[in-house]
Amino acid sequence: MTILATENLSMRFGGLRALDGVSIAIPERCVFSIIGPNGAGKTTLFNMISGIYTPRDGRVLLAGEDVTGLKPERLARRGLSRTFQNLQIFFRMTAIENVMVGRYRHERTGIIADLIHLPMVGRQNRETRELAQAALNRVGLAAIAEQSAGSLAYGDLKRLEIARALASEPKVLLLDEPAAGCNPVETASLEGVIRDIAAGGVTVVLVEHDMRLVMNVSDRIHVLANGATLAEGSAEEVRTNQAVIEAYLGVHGSRRDSRAVH
Amino acid sequence: MSVRRIDERPAVKETLPLGRRLGSAGTTIADRFAAYRLTSVLAIAVVIAVVPVFFPSTYYYRVAALVYVFALAALGLNLLMGFAGQVSLGHAGFMGIGAYAVAIGPTHFGLPTWLSLFVGAALSAGVAFLVGRPILRLRGHYLAVATLGFGLLLAIVFSNEAEWTGGPDGMSVRRLVLIGWAVRGSENWYWFSGATFLVGAALALNLIDSPAGRAMRAIHDSETAARVLGIDVARTKLVVFVISAIYASVAGSYLALFNGHITPEVAGFLRSIELVAMVVLGGMGSIAGSLVGAAVLVLLPQVLTFLHEYEHLVLGLILMGVMIFLRNGIVPSIAAALKGRSS
Repeated sequence: MTILATENLSMRFGGLRALDGVSIAIPERCVFSIIGPNGAGKTTLFNMISGIYTPRDGRVLLAGEDVTGLKPERLARRGLSRTFQNLQIFFRMTAIENVMVGRYRHERTGIIADLIHLPMVGRQNRETRELAQAALNRVGLAAIAEQSAGSLAYGDLKRLEIARALASEPKVLLLDEPAAGCNPVETASLEGVIRDIAAGGVTVVLVEHDMRLVMNVSDRIHVLANGATLAEGSAEEVRTNQAVIEAYLGVHGSRRDSRAVH
Repeated sequence: MSVRRIDERPAVKETLPLGRRLGSAGTTIADRFAAYRLTSVLAIAVVIAVVPVFFPSTYYYRVAALVYVFALAALGLNLLMGFAGQVSLGHAGFMGIGAYAVAIGPTHFGLPTWLSLFVGAALSAGVAFLVGRPILRLRGHYLAVATLGFGLLLAIVFSNEAEWTGGPDGMSVRRLVLIGWAVRGSENWYWFSGATFLVGAALALNLIDSPAGRAMRAIHDSETAARVLGIDVARTKLVVFVISAIYASVAGSYLALFNGHITPEVAGFLRSIELVAMVVLGGMGSIAGSLVGAAVLVLLPQVLTFLHEYEHLVLGLILMGVMIFLRNGIVPSIAAALKGRSS
């Protein structure tokens, strides 16, 4: 069953056509990667799916329902969560508090109860903390829960964003370049994290430049170039697709391509 | 055996005495946070209870009562500025609404004074709600100027509506009577305002460690991330703006009742700036900081009167010095320094 789909999605920035009629159908419970050279429109696509941009044309369907143009907070309540290529961390909070914010959509107390700290708020806080700690454990950040987010290393912040998104218990999780800026060891463990998330029944949509990671974890790969679909298929199909090789993976290799193949 | 039963039911655990919970091996992080909240409230209560021991005369009660009143307003503004990251340069306007409510309510409408205080708080909340909706869309400097305009507007209303407010000369305020007991004298007001500040601090501490509080703190750092996690940013800003307006309004009512007389100055531009200075000086995002910031800005002018015409010069220099050497505000900077030394 298709959990997330786009139909003829288009976006313009001034005269620039960032995305031109892209249709993608993402099956439930899989790792689905979207790749393409810089400027292909991957992040633009993510921003439209997650409600940060409103598409100029086309539709976004989440679990069969039209969610085009819904605000990010509404989409979050329907089970769509994401991380960011350029980190969006709550730096004034501790690591675990960052993840606790991820539980927000499941918390049920009102402002008055919060102010006078009714017993239910205490119980809920305890549950929120336990689940946040569990999410930190899953991404391998168990030990740094009480540290200030501002003091964490870059690689840890990347995982912290994943833990925060996980804590919201999404049906679909969009990961925007989770391996960017990570060393090979961190990237390798990221592979395990992504597999673990998918094994938990969450559909993972991955935008990533690290080809080894993409080829290893993806059930399906969609290739974008210049704002349009170039190819789609399994890792093997994409790897051997002539159009993809020419346009992107290019064995003859410009500098940009060689970086991407790493 | 009894211990095991307690562990099975976390709700019961909460009612155990502090020491027991801290001492038990099964202490969770959530318990530690609850303990932090409790110790903070206790610490403030001890300060309020012990400080009068050092007062040589009733005059000191008067000054200290003013500290608590301003600390209450600063605390509300700190929730808005220090935690949610939204500036307001017009918060004295809400103090003005609270102050004039307890002046006008009994005089023009025959309302009991205590009820007027609540009417003022409700009015402030309503005004904050209506004004906040359009204004809180703005950010940074634009929000600063819009709130500044709001404050100026209210000050002009208080000044011009002389029929109701007595105009620039102000009006006198009737005494607060509670169940037949007239609250008078600096000493009574000391305990009254101290207790109210304590309640305000407890509510603020509760809020910070709650879903609504975490949402507030989240939008301070990244509105985008907050939205993606399901937080309605506009609504969250509005809620904290309304709460901070209620704090300011109650503080304004107390100020008016305590002084027995009120002028439009209570809602003036300088008052708004003073509140912001208290928050920043004491420490953004620090509950204790609001008390310290208010204490410094209420006490310093009193202490410096012996300098006569140089008073304001020295006051200005001290404020600059504090911000240069304790750039995160007094309480957070000192706390960080102590932490660094002990580890």
